[in-house]
Parts: sequence; structure tokens; C-alpha cells
Amino acid sequence: MEPIRDLYQQVLLEHYKHPHNYGNLEHPTHQADGDNPLCGDHIHLELQVENNTIVDVKFSGMGCAISKASASIMTQAIKGKSIEEVKQLADLFYQIVKGETDVPEAPSSDLEELFIFSGVRDFPTRVKCATLAWHTLEDALKQS
Amino acid sequence: MNPEVAATVDLDVHSIRADFPILNVQPYGQHLAYFDNAATTQKPQVVIDTLTQFYEQFNSNVHRGVHYLSQHATEAYEKSREIVRQFLNARSTAEIVFVRGTTEALNLLATTFGKLLQPGDEILISMMEHHSNLVPWQILAKEKELKLKYIPITETGELDLDAFERLLSDRTRVVSVVHASNSLGTVNPIEKIIELAHQNDIPVIIDGAQAVAHISVDVQSLDADFYVFSGHKIYGPTGIGVLYGKERWLDRLPPYQAGGDMIKRVTLEETTYNVLPYKFEAGTPNIAGAVGLGVALEYVQNIGLSKIARYETQLLEYATRAVEEIPGLRIIGTADQKIGVLSFVMDYTHPHDVGTILDQAGVAIRAGHHCTQPVMDFFGVEGTARASFAVYNTPEEIDQMVKALWQVYQLFGQ
Repeated sequence: MEPIRDLYQQVLLEHYKHPHNYGNLEHPTHQADGDNPLCGDHIHLELQVENNTIVDVKFSGMGCAISKASASIMTQAIKGKSIEEVKQLADLFYQIVKGETDVPEAPSSDLEELFIFSGVRDFPTRVKCATLAWHTLEDALKQS
Repeated sequence: MNPEVAATVDLDVHSIRADFPILNVQPYGQHLAYFDNAATTQKPQVVIDTLTQFYEQFNSNVHRGVHYLSQHATEAYEKSREIVRQFLNARSTAEIVFVRGTTEALNLLATTFGKLLQPGDEILISMMEHHSNLVPWQILAKEKELKLKYIPITETGELDLDAFERLLSDRTRVVSVVHASNSLGTVNPIEKIIELAHQNDIPVIIDGAQAVAHISVDVQSLDADFYVFSGHKIYGPTGIGVLYGKERWLDRLPPYQAGGDMIKRVTLEETTYNVLPYKFEAGTPNIAGAVGLGVALEYVQNIGLSKIARYETQLLEYATRAVEEIPGLRIIGTADQKIGVLSFVMDYTHPHDVGTILDQAGVAIRAGHHCTQPVMDFFGVEGTARASFAVYNTPEEIDQMVKALWQVYQLFGQ
């Protein structure tokens, strides 16, 4: 696949055009804003955490296809997971976009979409777009 | 060469292209279409050779050595100042101060002008200023309790001159506006602005960063009080720029930085400042850069600035017509008078995605807010994609860009 098609896969474009979990929560327990001054990407993330588990999550903001799709896919991946699991997922994601981990042949279905970001490794200037949502998530979780 | 562009301008693009070695770089194995010229232009071989030759044959400090090398370095440095003087048609080389670039020149002016101002005084700039002609004044206004006022812009991206006239008041102490906008391409009617300001005895600073490579500037016929620009946007090296100021104004302003070269005599009690322009050139300057800038200006003059401008206008018109065919693409900045800057948004795509897709096609553009966030806010966009043209660009390269833009449409717009 040519690099551009590898980066802008259909799944990514679908998430960009129709993001999941877009909007605001009624009663967020945690929230944070993330900015990527280079691109002007901005994301606002809201979490509802109960018993150490992310029971609901929503995001809003403006950004490029990569940052928005990444946020959308992240919200899907973390919903229902414990904070500990989510932190491990974040580490996995950073490895994926930096090309530090191989794409498994058959990733478990709830993680499958995270691996579409492996194409980002060929575009170093866009890594920050892909990781913006995850860094914002970590900031939100730092709040007690 | 596309015949409709080439036919009307007597300009041999292929021989010009041969002067720029970097144009042979092939990103991802493709022809490089370098359309980020508003950010920085590429350098002709003659400028690159000048820098090497300076360090190989002349390197020495200026204005202080009695030895052979220092004398030659000083001569080369001062010859460059004379080239700049002629380029701007300044009255005297005393009015040509070498600085690091436009940003440093504008900071110098905001800082030194600031010392002459009183609380309640007003500074008038425009909404289309680059952050470098906005943030220094904002900082100064806060520090000294001054009022910073903005000339508004219109939907086409032009300055509202009626509003400008109304904004001039008996407290206005300085007007500072951009000659040509980096994010919109608009060429502002600076003659008119200077004339109106001068009717009220207000000095005018012109930010010429984007203009000098495309428009002939005569500071005397403009009657500009200050005109500033960067070398690297006119085929010269980075780290060198020019502050032109009328002698009587440069005399009035206090020094910016203090140190060596800007002094005449120093005792433990006091210092007498050096004559112009050295009063504003503290420390060892970018000597090689200044010499390189002189050579870059000669290069431009040998081709002919008006010829360059005509050619770039044709490139702009050709590109404008081609991109207007693409569904959902909107051009930001549609002034009558423009330099070769084509700024646009695509409804269905973020400018950075446009930038990445074009990059893969060998086309270098800029994506983002271009250090003009108030302009982006005015047009209600996060940023734009911007192609900016220079003398070495060709219509075929525009075709290369347009083809990649259609690919963006296919990926995102359908």
C-alpha cells in the first residue's frame, strides 16, 4: 500500500467524518484540554470514572483527521476499562505510532483499530497529532 | 513549460532553476515543487558560494582589526550595506542597520519607540499583522499602559482604509503595518497609509518581510519612516535582515542593545554612542550573512524585480484558476492586489492533512495559522494550506500540486 493510503485508511477516515463519543458528559469526574500548537489541534476530553473504571467518555474539539480519528478510536478502546488497563493501552499506543512494536497478525478485536495508526510512523511530523488524545487522557487522569 | 504562462514573460525559468542546487532534491523520489517560499526561499549557488568564500578567504571581525583580513571583511560588509541602500533607494548608508531579521527589527522598534511613549498614547497596527508585528506592541502596551488599536480587514482580506482614517487620533504615536500579508497575500496600499499618517505627523513602520522579493521598494518615494525585511525571504541567508530608518528617527531613538561596536567612548561613568548605523549594531554582526544578502539582492536585481513579479502573478493566476475547480475548496484572501500567495481551506479536510498528502506528492506547502491567528479567527478557520510562489517555480509544478489536491478531494471529499 502506498504510504498515504496506509496513513489515511478507510477506518480512520470514517472516524474522522463520523467521530464516536463526540460531545459532552452530564457529570464528568475528570476532564482535560489538550493543544497541539503546531497544528492548532484542540481537544477537550471528559471522563466519568467510577470504582477505578472509565464508565463513560466523550471528547470535543477541532483538529486534523489523524487527531480526531485517534480521539474517537481511543474513546472506544478505553470505555469500560480500568485506569491501570488504560495506562497500559496508552503505552502500547505510543509504541505503535513510533513503530516500536510490530502489528500483531490478529490483534484482539477491541484493539484492532488502534493499530491503524501504525502508518503514522512514516510521518514523524504527525505523531503528535495521533498522540494528542492519549496525552490529554493522561492529564485528565492525573486529577484526583 | 505551459505556453500561456511562458509566452508573456521574458524569463528563462530553466536557467534560473539551474542556479538553485536544492531544487534537485527528490522527496520520496518525486520532483520537488517547493511552494513554501513565504516561509523561506531557497538560495542560489552564488549566495552559497559567497558564504563559503567569506569563511575561506575573508573571515575576520569587522571595524576593529588593523590587519589585512579585517580590512577585507569590513569592506565586504560595508559594500553590502551600500547594495541594500541602493536596493531600497535610501538616502544614506547611515540609515541601513543590519539586524537578525524582521522580527528583531520590529522588536528593536517596539522597544526603543516605547521609551519615547507616555501612558495613554496609542499605537495603530492592523488585524493582518504577523505575530512579530503584533506581540511586541502588545507587550509594550501592557508595560507602558498604551492603547493598541487595530485597523480592521474586509472579507476579501484588505485593510479597511476608512476605518484607518477614523482610528488615527491625536494620541496616535506610531503606525506599523505589513506591506504584503504572509497568510493572505494582500498587498496593502502603504503609499496611502503613509500619506494619511503623515498628515497627522505620525511616523510609519512598514513590515516588508513578504514584499521585498516581489515588489520594488523605494523608501524615499514612499516616504516610509521605517522599512524592515529579512534576507532569507529574498534568496539570502537566514539570520540577517535590514532595518531602514530615516536618519532623524534613528537619531531620536535610544540604542537597543549595548556592547561593542555601538560605542564611541566608554568611561566608568558614561558612554558616548557611535554614529549611525553602528549605534544599533552592538556586538559582532552576522558578517557572512550580510555579505551573502548583498549578493542575493544583486541576484534578484540581475533578473529584474518587475519581471519576477509579473511571472509570479501569472503563476498565481494559473494556480487560482486550477484550484477553483476543486469542490469545497475556498481561497482565503481574494484581494485585487496580491503577491504570489495562495491560501485556502478545503471544507472536508484539515490543512495539515492537505499538507501531508501534498508532501507525499513532492509538493512542499505550509499548513497552519502562519503566525497570524487573528486573521484565522476573522475568517473562522483553524488554519489554511498555503502555497507561495517564487521565481523558480513552474506551471508544471502547479499542475503537480493540483493533481495532489484532487487526491485530497477523492480521499476526504467524496
